[in-house]
Amino acid sequence: MLIERPQDLPEALEGIGGSPHAVLLAGGTDLMVEVNLAHRRPEAVIALRRVDDLQTWEDGFIGAGVTYARMETGPLPALAELARTVGSPQIRAVGTIGGNLGTASPAGDTLPFLAAIDAEVVLGSRDGQRRLPWHEFLVGPKQTALTPGEVILGVQLPDHIPARQAFAKIGTRQAMVIATVNCCVLRDDDGTTRVAMGAVAPTVMRPREAERLASSEPRPSQAALDEFQRLVSAEVAPISDHRATEQYRRHAAGVLARRTLERCLTP
Amino acid sequence: MSDTLTGRRSVRGGVGTSVPRPDATPKVTGDFEFLGDMHADGMLWGATRRAWVPHARIVQVDADAALAMPGVHAVLTQDDVPGHRYQGQAVTDQPVLAEGEIRYWGEPVAIVAADDPETARLAADAIVVDLEELDPLTDLEAALERGEIFRHVPVRRGNPDLHGEVVVEGTYITSTEDPAPLGTEAGLAIPDGTGGVDLWGPTQWVHIDLKQLAACLALAPDQVRVQPCRLGGAFGSREDLSLQTHIGMLALRVDRPVKMVYDRTESFVGHVKRHGSLMHYRHEADRDGRLVRVDARILLDGGPYQLTSNAVIANSTYFAVGPYRCDNVTVDGYALRTNNPPSGAMRGFGSNQPCFAAESQMDRLADALGLDPVELRLRNALRPGDQLATTGQVIEEPLPTDEVIRSVASIPLPDDGSDDDPRHLPGGTGLTTPRDRVVRGVGFAVGIKNLEFSEGFDDNAEARVVLTGDGAVVHTAAIEVGQGLVTVLEQIARSTLGVSQVRVAFDHTGQIGSAGSTSASRQTQMAGNAVLEAATAVRELALARVGGDDLDDDGVWRGDTLVASLAELTAEGPIEQHVDYHHRPTDEPDEAGQGNLHVDFCVAAHRAVVDVDPDLGLVRVVEIAIGQDVGRAMNPQQLLGQIEGGIAQGLGHAVMEEVVLDRGVIRNASFTDYLLPTCLDAPHVEAILIEQPSSWGPFGAKGMAELPTMSATPAVVAAIRAATGRPLTRVPVRPEDIVAPDDTGGRAR
Amino acid sequence: MIVTLEVNGEPRSAEVAGWESLLWVLRERLGLLGAKDACLQGECGSCSVMLDGALVCACLVMAADVEGAQVSTVEGLASRAGLHPVQRSFVDEGAVQCGYCTPGLVVATAHLLDERPDASHDDIREALSGNLCRCTGYGALVRAVAAARDAAATAIDPAPADGDSEDRS
Ligand SMILES: Cc1cc2nc3c(=O)[nH]c(=O)nc-3n(C[C@H](O)[C@H](O)[C@H](O)COP(=O)(O)OP(=O)(O)OC[C@H]3O[C@@H](n4cnc5c(N)ncnc54)[C@H](O)[C@@H]3O)c2cc1C
Ligand code: FES
Ligand code: FES
Repeated sequence: MLIERPQDLPEALEGIGGSPHAVLLAGGTDLMVEVNLAHRRPEAVIALRRVDDLQTWEDGFIGAGVTYARMETGPLPALAELARTVGSPQIRAVGTIGGNLGTASPAGDTLPFLAAIDAEVVLGSRDGQRRLPWHEFLVGPKQTALTPGEVILGVQLPDHIPARQAFAKIGTRQAMVIATVNCCVLRDDDGTTRVAMGAVAPTVMRPREAERLASSEPRPSQAALDEFQRLVSAEVAPISDHRATEQYRRHAAGVLARRTLERCLTP
Repeated sequence: MSDTLTGRRSVRGGVGTSVPRPDATPKVTGDFEFLGDMHADGMLWGATRRAWVPHARIVQVDADAALAMPGVHAVLTQDDVPGHRYQGQAVTDQPVLAEGEIRYWGEPVAIVAADDPETARLAADAIVVDLEELDPLTDLEAALERGEIFRHVPVRRGNPDLHGEVVVEGTYITSTEDPAPLGTEAGLAIPDGTGGVDLWGPTQWVHIDLKQLAACLALAPDQVRVQPCRLGGAFGSREDLSLQTHIGMLALRVDRPVKMVYDRTESFVGHVKRHGSLMHYRHEADRDGRLVRVDARILLDGGPYQLTSNAVIANSTYFAVGPYRCDNVTVDGYALRTNNPPSGAMRGFGSNQPCFAAESQMDRLADALGLDPVELRLRNALRPGDQLATTGQVIEEPLPTDEVIRSVASIPLPDDGSDDDPRHLPGGTGLTTPRDRVVRGVGFAVGIKNLEFSEGFDDNAEARVVLTGDGAVVHTAAIEVGQGLVTVLEQIARSTLGVSQVRVAFDHTGQIGSAGSTSASRQTQMAGNAVLEAATAVRELALARVGGDDLDDDGVWRGDTLVASLAELTAEGPIEQHVDYHHRPTDEPDEAGQGNLHVDFCVAAHRAVVDVDPDLGLVRVVEIAIGQDVGRAMNPQQLLGQIEGGIAQGLGHAVMEEVVLDRGVIRNASFTDYLLPTCLDAPHVEAILIEQPSSWGPFGAKGMAELPTMSATPAVVAAIRAATGRPLTRVPVRPEDIVAPDDTGGRAR
Repeated sequence: MIVTLEVNGEPRSAEVAGWESLLWVLRERLGLLGAKDACLQGECGSCSVMLDGALVCACLVMAADVEGAQVSTVEGLASRAGLHPVQRSFVDEGAVQCGYCTPGLVVATAHLLDERPDASHDDIREALSGNLCRCTGYGALVRAVAAARDAAATAIDPAPADGDSEDRS
């Protein structure tokens, strides 16, 4: 196995361009599980943890190398809330937002936030940069639009960040659990509401009907919240697996989205 | 630390004190050498080729490609087993490696020895196993119908025509549970150069391993030395052989040491599980709540090989009613053969499944009668002088059923909990649940189990105590699995001898006879009594040797005069005594399952307090209180450790631990998806120890370590029922079992 | 390839293969068997070590990527003067049964108390939620951590530490 340990971004981009099929390594918390289980034996690896540019977090740009530990104490409430639920302190110390995007699990915990806020994924290669809206980047379960030779540089958040944000995640243990449903709700003072749900469809998804309803209600009544909940349950497209049944996920998605919205409504 | 007074001055670290375990220091520094840490010069690494189908005919196994790989020294299959080709404790029906057929998912087909683990793994993968898949038998009713029965245990007691006025009936399911000890299976076999082998493997009873290994390896018993092992936990999973025969075969074949370590996925298929069960119950009581009759049918899923299923089903059957009086009882217990994973021992050994069903039934009965569940249990509580409801055995030893129930009910309930710290709420830091959506529930359950081996088994334990100038050494072949036997044996020896300087030496099978199994809550009493008797004899010999009347750390005294220091006393040679202790014999059951089948019993009662989010089906167990029968608290700190650890396992099975089976395939053979309770899931524990000394246990002690697990599970489920009103007849309780189906997609919030 | 790193203050180097983890290198190449290998999936924490000041699962660190790193393991905790205070209180409070989880927990606890000397019982439980223990049910563990915390607090400031009894709500 060959490994490159670039010290800065130009060196990284050069390396990745030079061996476009090398596996990119950030915190290793997804990749090494695969290696340990012998599902993967990479022939070439480019290790990114020394690249400072990927650690940047400023002006709505979050570098791919930003860890959950940093998100936990960062300025974005929903991001901090979700980071606290990821794995354990050991995972949060090294696991990155870029790795979460790279893995693109339907249950990835940063994804509902990124989807709700309409983040763009910034990709770089030695030929330049491109930006993809989240839904063009996340093309399927564990599938992304990343092409060989490219690296995720980070995510660009829009200029306007709603003040009211909340994240929630269901798992059958009080800690260290993969989401059976996760959810992020963002709400503006004018009522505009954005909702994203994870683990209930092949990729993270936005229940648009439910969003429209919530956005049209400055102060949603109980009846409106009931309807919001019903719409979320209707719009998600979960499957049954060993973690939960389709029926449960559908039901729980509605309940969870409603409660998360309610957290954004309380003054 | 209160010290016990035996000799002239008090002995340090005797019975009743919370002396720390002697191996704690190397364990905290990382120096303790577990099985997987062992190494031998020139050793090879073993790996196992498994078949990942639940049932198939083996068409062909082709090892040519694997053998041709550089660094590969041997590839062995069932044809290479040198001796008897089957293993098993009671019935040897498990092929050492698959023979003709694959009978469970992950069954080993071939084994490899290679220079390093990666080569061994690649070679195992390179073995071509040509299979023709067959339909797996995975349904218990179907297995019963087809007569795939390892053992049927019937109980017929009392008058079949007597009935009660109030009747409750129910069907209950407990899913398969994994013991999930933290250390995976690992082992090392070292050929001795004269055709024999020294073997370190995960075990709870070296001598039962020896019997099987000598037969399979075609060696005389003294050519195999099964070594005491240093285990990362057991909980029953090490009672049956896992990799021992395999590394023994490889080491003998290549004449080099061979080490093997299972990864977590292999560990899931490499050790036995707690039997999944399907139970039907009918309880009948009079208007006052006194049990008039209990009828039950209990089906246990044994997997394809018998292992300990014959004994596990006996426990399920004999403890089907729980610690209650009832004169008319019919039980049919069946251990069944299927293509699910092999099941065997796990903490509680067959008593847990009926405990869940019977305790659920008691709650239903209380409900039907409009009686408080605690009151109903007290009205029926089994006391000394009563007969065990199933076997009719009269309880002759102390059995504080009443006291454990009353004590647990007397503990004040925790406060309501009004804070919003998410760590105190169901769903935790997932922020799923606001405080006002939480419903609290309280549930009770009581458990009973036998101690030691039963049904006429001649149960024994050997020990040797040797006194020298440096103090005493206790020799035993009993296995320390982490439970703290090492501490208790030291304490017993200290208090008996009057000497503080005591060390336990764990011997191999060539050095001392059997101590029996570290299971059935038996070693404190069995190995403990052997040590007690040996130490008593050593003390008497010591006093006699120099004509003294007391022994302590200084030596032997006569009146106020020190007659001889320990060194002087033993100058002419150590003083030693070997003891082979047997507990009093038990009966074999008659055809109605009647008789004095058990030597002793232990009881515990749990009260669980849970907070439930009924709309999402999430549960947080707030507190578990326990009243626990201990006979005598030998080491209060260790006891609490057994209680808290047992409770966490019982809680795990109540709300998260399940081997998810899909037509014989395990869907969650990893710690990512087989969820064990974390630090945040473990509840606060309140424990009351009931000390009613056993007439025969050392210093009055009773074995107790299985009880904390048993009734914790039904207590938690009862509490969730109380909070939600759901029937919850299956464990673990999943969120979807709490969220009613008619609510799905509906308006619950 | 050869990687060079510092382990418990000593420069070390090892020949590693691409699939190897830091855990494998510590255990099999450098003979430091303290860190354990209960899952190799980051789920159990038995392999916890410090890597450049961060608490990590050594099983999830690619060995080839530790070039130049500083690693400390359970073997580096005790000093000639004796056990580390966390180790001492694990022994005294009965937090050790089989001991398989212990090395990882000791490392995680030492790190926790370095970072948060005033950690509450809830903080302790949350911080250790990545370290599975199958034997103890965590009660004695939490008591041991609290005892180590209190001992450290008394050592610095003889005023009694804040009563932080386990919450029963
Ligand atoms: C015990 C445990 C618990 C976990 N719990 C959670 C959880 O609760 N929620 C959750 O969402 N996830 C969880 N995970 C998964 C994992 O921790 C996260 O997905 C994490 O964000 C991965 O980041 P990493 O830096 O470790 O990625 P790595 O493992 O280094 O990489 C993951 C993938 O992303 C690619 N990649 C990494 N960086 C880049 C980049 N800059 N550009 C392009 N591709 C890149 C890699 O090639 C690889 O394919 C858990 C994992 C473990 C082991
Ligand atoms: S072995 Fe590394 S977390 Fe389990
Ligand atoms: S002491 Fe055994 S796993 Fe913790």
